[in-house]
Amino acid sequence: MIRSITKPKSKEEIDTLLKGLNRIFIIGCGTCVTLTRTGGAPEVAAMKEALLESGKLVTGHVVVPVACDNLTSEILNEEMEKIEQADVLLIMTCAFGVQTVSSQLKRMVVPALDTLFIGKETAYGQFNEICTQCGTCIIGETGGICPVTNCHKGLVNGPCGGTNQGKCEIDNNKDCAWTLIYNRLTELGRLDSMRKLQGPRNFLGEPTPGKYQISKS
Amino acid sequence: MISSFKKSLDSGKFIVTCEVAPPKGINLEKTAHHIDLLKDKVDAMNLTDHQSSVMRYPSLGGALMVKEMGGEPILQMTCRDRNRLALQGDLLFAASRGINNVLCLTGDSVMLGDHKTAKGVFDLDSSQLLAAIRILEKGKDLGGNDLDGSPVFCAGAIVTPEANPIEPQLIKFEKKIEAGAEFIQTQAVYDLVRLKTFMEYARQFPVKILAGILLLTSAPMARFMNKNIAGVNVPQTLIDEISQAPKGGAIVKGIEIAGRMIRTIHTEKICDGVHIMAIGKEELVPDIMAAADLTS
Ligand code: SF4
Ligand code: SF4
Repeated sequence: MIRSITKPKSKEEIDTLLKGLNRIFIIGCGTCVTLTRTGGAPEVAAMKEALLESGKLVTGHVVVPVACDNLTSEILNEEMEKIEQADVLLIMTCAFGVQTVSSQLKRMVVPALDTLFIGKETAYGQFNEICTQCGTCIIGETGGICPVTNCHKGLVNGPCGGTNQGKCEIDNNKDCAWTLIYNRLTELGRLDSMRKLQGPRNFLGEPTPGKYQISKS
Repeated sequence: MISSFKKSLDSGKFIVTCEVAPPKGINLEKTAHHIDLLKDKVDAMNLTDHQSSVMRYPSLGGALMVKEMGGEPILQMTCRDRNRLALQGDLLFAASRGINNVLCLTGDSVMLGDHKTAKGVFDLDSSQLLAAIRILEKGKDLGGNDLDGSPVFCAGAIVTPEANPIEPQLIKFEKKIEAGAEFIQTQAVYDLVRLKTFMEYARQFPVKILAGILLLTSAPMARFMNKNIAGVNVPQTLIDEISQAPKGGAIVKGIEIAGRMIRTIHTEKICDGVHIMAIGKEELVPDIMAAADLTS
């Protein structure tokens, strides 16, 4: 299942964002951030403790089941009294959740997490980015491995000069996408597709901000 | 206009190119000194483009200096910092000022340099940049529009003959030639047996190959490269040779080793020429050439 992968912002950054805002309501989420242990019930409880210690007042807290869902506002309505006592909502969900809450309640929000990527759990406790939703999918020619995402530079014609022993120039713990693609295409007997000179990519398959409307025919 | 470097490549003579790094800042004295020293000794000199993702005076500015001082520049262009509009625009500018040799590179990640949070562009890659050059020469741009006055270039690229695994690297090498590379400067090579093996394969392609010769300045520097630079393997015998040099004599030894390698490549006709990289010690290039019995 795809997940929104987050990491906590530093204490310093949160302190700066909360400067002058003393009454705080905390919102966590029971889905992705619970899985990554960045915004589930234990993390919300720890945040509450940390805020109290630094002299803030916590008017309340809640862990909603799926923060990015349109039903979130109904759950938050039940907490409205405590929310209204707060100067700010400190939101420990991914940025989809932060924006959902912000657009529903139209209140001051501060994200407590950085949203890193949309990824999947590939091993216990390990999450990897495998598709960046580029809008012009090319993995039919790369053995089902995405170079747009897996190659640090998004190269579509083979490896750069920095590839070393099958690893990427930015990190010896990251596989070079083009070694993976080469190996996969070799296994499949389809190396010819790697030999094809690919033209410049279309970077605007769907211009940002993407939108999609089901046609009403 | 056919560049003098292109003419040298076509003449069949043994080619020597070297590298000049533009300064960090606008004090151009040292760069000018290196250009002055080398411009009549080598067939052309490469101007590095924010090498290792370290921001410097641009390669285009350095290439213009070489041109104005009467030398022959090879403009290095990476795809890291410019999208296809900026790359094409800079190519037009280069051609308009008599800079007609270009080395096309993908470019290192910005994470390796001194502006680690910058955006890496990589709108094109090295092979697509080569293809773009050939399109500009036909009077079109990458958008399919007509140019008013089209440029002529001698375009090149790089290869790492000792990459591991080598096969993906060779596929990319063949694509670069297909895209229009006329010359190739290799990553630093030290093992001439492996270079010969690579050349037996590479000879089938219509491209001139210049072996990368990187001056060894000390045993720790050699070990550092083995550990940190992709596709560079300094054999233990060379590391031993340089560590046995008398105190203060490591550089002299490095010059001797580089000279010896170039002489072998030349006399045994292993490659079409050499590309000498003396990283920061460009003033030693004439000594290396002398040690290789090469006269300008
Ligand atoms: S090419 Fe890669 S990033 Fe683009 S849609 Fe396909 S898998 Fe996703
Ligand atoms: S080493 Fe491989 S994955 Fe990393 S940037 Fe180069 S080609 Fe891409």
